[in-house]
Amino acid sequence: MNGHRLLLAKPWIWSFAATASVWIITVLFTGGASSVGLSQAALTFAAFSVIVGIGQMFVITLGPGNIDLSVPATMTLSGTLALKLMDVQDSMILVGLILSILLGAIIGLGNYALIKILKIPPIIATLSMSFIVQSTAIWTNRGLRIKPPETLASFTTSSLLGIPHVAIVALILSAFAWLLLEKTIYGRWISAIGQSTFAARMAGIPVDGTRLVTYMLCAVLASVCGYLLASFSGGAALNMGAEYLLMSIAVVVIGGTAVAGGNSNIPGIWGASLFMFLVVSMLNTYGFGAGFRLILTGLLIIAVILVAGGRRSTR
Amino acid sequence: MKLSSSAVRLIIPAASLAVLLAAVFYMQPRAMSYTGLNLLFNLAVPIALATVAQMVIMAVNDLDLSMGTFVSFCACVTATFLQASPGTGILIFLGAIAAYAAMGVIIYVRELPAIVVTLGMSFVWGGLAVLILPSPGGTAPGWARWLMTSKPPFVPMAIVASVVIALATHFLIMRSSFGVLIRGAGGNVRSVERAGWSVVKVRAAAYALAGFFAVLSGIALVGLTTSADANIALRYTLLSIAGVILGGGEFVGGKISPIGAVIGALTLALAGSFLSFMRISPDWQIGAQGAILIVVLAMRLFLNRLEKREKSR
Repeated sequence: MNGHRLLLAKPWIWSFAATASVWIITVLFTGGASSVGLSQAALTFAAFSVIVGIGQMFVITLGPGNIDLSVPATMTLSGTLALKLMDVQDSMILVGLILSILLGAIIGLGNYALIKILKIPPIIATLSMSFIVQSTAIWTNRGLRIKPPETLASFTTSSLLGIPHVAIVALILSAFAWLLLEKTIYGRWISAIGQSTFAARMAGIPVDGTRLVTYMLCAVLASVCGYLLASFSGGAALNMGAEYLLMSIAVVVIGGTAVAGGNSNIPGIWGASLFMFLVVSMLNTYGFGAGFRLILTGLLIIAVILVAGGRRSTR
Repeated sequence: MKLSSSAVRLIIPAASLAVLLAAVFYMQPRAMSYTGLNLLFNLAVPIALATVAQMVIMAVNDLDLSMGTFVSFCACVTATFLQASPGTGILIFLGAIAAYAAMGVIIYVRELPAIVVTLGMSFVWGGLAVLILPSPGGTAPGWARWLMTSKPPFVPMAIVASVVIALATHFLIMRSSFGVLIRGAGGNVRSVERAGWSVVKVRAAAYALAGFFAVLSGIALVGLTTSADANIALRYTLLSIAGVILGGGEFVGGKISPIGAVIGALTLALAGSFLSFMRISPDWQIGAQGAILIVVLAMRLFLNRLEKREKSR
């Protein structure tokens, strides 16, 4: 068991090592002047990736083929609808949050209904679902940009003791996710399903119920992230979730969660999210154009996975 | 009557394409002509090529999330280098195909998740495309334009091209020993290895073949659109995966069907035209496409159940 623990502990070290080195390189370039600002920005933007990443991680843990592609559409619809409902009134903040949670639960339910009842592979089921959700968002949005309520906007953009509020929210959610994963029977169940669905079923684990809850959890987290992101950026935009599709998958995998399922880790998601943001800002500070920035981002992702992936062969 | 399982695999995609086509003809009888068919299926040719490329990757149990950006990159190269100095263009394409082969090898040797490596590569191809064509532009090479707009007698070019692609890949993947090896690498790696074949070589070849088809897709796309930009084919990633699945392919086990994949791509292309004939508001176009995908897959489940019931009798 101890050796197994060590193996589990290893993967996320890599993402943090990469993050630290990128941070140092960037700060060195600017002569140390940017260290506070850079860290705050990194924490803020990483927080959004972390929230969607955790949801995606739970889904990926379920085993090969499990993935949720409806994350960006869910974020967009949730941000759009919540801002519309709140209508700039501070008294409606909680109602908006409840609406986005409900919305996430419904989308997650729909996703799993397609997967289970129609036996559609998750990747296609969530993709079809995301088309429908995206259409609904286009229909409700109508190009209008509604502002978030004053209090909510200032909450998402300000910080406590130098730590951005959204990062604190993400940290609390991560702590909950960690408890759920490591200390509850549910966490054991999803790992067991990811390692062998057949064995899990034989062992009497409610496989379908667990998978349903997982897809709902992922959609709810994406929904909450959309709610926060729309409030943070002063309004919902139709493409606001777009970059989070690849991001949510990238942070999970760079963070050291096994793509084959059955093995997840939450600290790694933080490392990977910070890494992804810092790489882009490092390349920005060095004044690279958009093309080179993309190429280097891609090569760095592959480099990290090459270094961190070595452990797989030892298993 | 006994049908082979591969034939059964084909019935559902073919039926859904026929139903969709019948619906389009019913709503717009004028589409039932040479020009009409050509317009309906024109954009299907590059999608079909990208779908076949994705299918080869899926045959070895991987998934290529960089398909869309790679086809965009190929389109940009076609509209610039291949047009201005064909030699350089061909060299770039050979390099890109070699990169695909290398990707296949690295994924296998280092036991990396294909999703992540191709995700990383999608940034690389996207970046290269932006470097080549920072703003939309370029011109299609004359021969590509000629090929894609040529008008063979009786049957429109789009249909001829789709049939050629379907048959060529069918013989390559389903009937040749090379194809058996590729599907074997997806179905049972160990048995391929035990039989004395080099899995590394098989996978390199599969990835190179996928790269080759994706290059063709980029060229075909530019032949149709006459110019390119760095984001021209981004949606091909998801379209190609959906096309393979619609065509009866599966994510694991080397279970694929080239003819089905081409039919799947045609169905997806037709769904777009179908919706515009239905006069569905643009807001709901994407949503309706999702709904069509769900309906077709539900039909497949229904037919699979019927088939099983027949067997158990």
